[in-house]
Amino acid sequence: MTALSMTAEQSQAALATDGDLREKISVRNLNFYYGGYHALKAINLPLFDKRVTAFIGPSGCGKSTLLRILNRIYDLYPNQRAEGEVLLDGENLLSPKQDLNLLRARVGMVFQKPTPFPMSIYDNVAYGIRLYEKLSRADMDVRVEEALRKTALWGEVKDKLRQSGLSLSGGQQQRLCIARAVAVRPAVLLLDEPTSALDPISTSKIEELVDELKPDYCIAIVTHNMQQAARVSDFTAFMYLGELVEYGATDTIFTAPKEEKTEQYITGRFG
Amino acid sequence: MAITDMSPGTNFAMGRYKRRKISNTITMGLAIGAAAFGLLWLVWILAVLLINGLSAISVSLFTQMTPPPGSAGGLLNAIFGSLVMTILGMAIGTPIGIMAGTYLAEYGKGTKLAEVTRFINDILLSAPSIIVGLFIYTVLVVPMGHFSAWAGAVSLAVLVIPVVVRTTEDMLNLVPGSLREAAAALGAPRWKVIVQVTYRAARSGIMTGILLAVARISGETAPLLFTALNNQFWSVDMNAPMANLPVTIFQFALSPYEDWQRLAWGGSLLITVAILALNIGARMLASIGTKKGQ
Repeated sequence: MTALSMTAEQSQAALATDGDLREKISVRNLNFYYGGYHALKAINLPLFDKRVTAFIGPSGCGKSTLLRILNRIYDLYPNQRAEGEVLLDGENLLSPKQDLNLLRARVGMVFQKPTPFPMSIYDNVAYGIRLYEKLSRADMDVRVEEALRKTALWGEVKDKLRQSGLSLSGGQQQRLCIARAVAVRPAVLLLDEPTSALDPISTSKIEELVDELKPDYCIAIVTHNMQQAARVSDFTAFMYLGELVEYGATDTIFTAPKEEKTEQYITGRFG
Repeated sequence: MAITDMSPGTNFAMGRYKRRKISNTITMGLAIGAAAFGLLWLVWILAVLLINGLSAISVSLFTQMTPPPGSAGGLLNAIFGSLVMTILGMAIGTPIGIMAGTYLAEYGKGTKLAEVTRFINDILLSAPSIIVGLFIYTVLVVPMGHFSAWAGAVSLAVLVIPVVVRTTEDMLNLVPGSLREAAAALGAPRWKVIVQVTYRAARSGIMTGILLAVARISGETAPLLFTALNNQFWSVDMNAPMANLPVTIFQFALSPYEDWQRLAWGGSLLITVAILALNIGARMLASIGTKKGQ
């Protein structure tokens, strides 16, 4: 595909506006199989640090699958297997030697449906931190507050940190899940359709949040909502039937796509 | 045409409508009748139990030992023995059951071992308890040379295990996979995901299963008859036969002595009330669980 050859061009475009652009994750010739089903075909793609990359495309075309490779969450299930290379800071995370738990601490993930743990709001946020760090009570309080502030949830929950995370509204639960992921201080944040179960107001809050988190993370977001992709992302990858059809700066993809399929999808003629 | 057919005005529609109403009435009548018939026996049992049992309930029932025929006494040693063996049986059976259920739901998915274990567990779940008693008699009582409270507790544990395995597996399966993924995505190793997140989400369900297991074994007679036997006297020796409510009821109810029969009624009422309380407790736990949305 043309993805790799385009990165130079895109890099220049972004360089002109923003200064340094660093490739955080490089997906190289990636194939993925669900048992015998070939779900991803020879994907090549860069994900840049301090940028948001959106994966768009019709259902069942491999967007979530691609995302789920980046923290190897697919490894939980037998019969799912990835071939190729995914470099995170130059290190192949598909290597069998990769420590999965450490990888997942560096690559946080937020899912389609909010998944608060059945414990208090405070413990939800502290859960990931406790896995890796032994902090004093006071330090932990600071970290939890920091994560909740980052996700604009602090004001809403600061008086009920001991209440169950399940008592929050859907939108709040999802921001709690983002806070939980952010609290571990990952380098990469994967968002798998984070707003598909939310109302418009919660959705716009999450989108603002993505914008605010951008300076500190490399963010990848899967979305079915093309306006959302256009609003929040710097780069967009259009996937169709397990292939990466087109990758480029979001502006270019939405205004002057090179591939006919991309244009058809963006203008709503299929998908 | 379709519209007129639907309205009850035409004869054709009226015929169908009436037939439907009649068949509805018949079905509902049968269902209510069946429910009432079932309830009748339950109420009857409870009524007989209350009438005969209440007169036997007194302070001495809880403070005195089982008496020889013809003299006053209570059920203290039997109540104590039942408590000890039930608690010990639960203490042995619950951890094994929870761990086995966890294996089936979390680790063994799709493996041959899990399939075989699940199948055998289902058989064990419906195995007559007298067979369990006979089994423990053969493997424990005969080699030891005497009946003992240990053997009684072990035979109860064997009855507990399949119940707890089943409920644990079912409850863990109800926990959405996304919750496990979310914990794993934070970098939690598998055992931490299970212990800290999955168990927590399934807690009320698993507790319900444990309470139901207690209810199941607290009334079992057959397995104790072969293992702990019974004891007329106060005994805390786990290596000796131990008194217990079900066998005492069995023995006293069949006896020709009126005092003993009365005590048997009292013991029956005690067990029934205890099981009723456990079941209500289990239901309350379950409803707390569903209210929380997990």
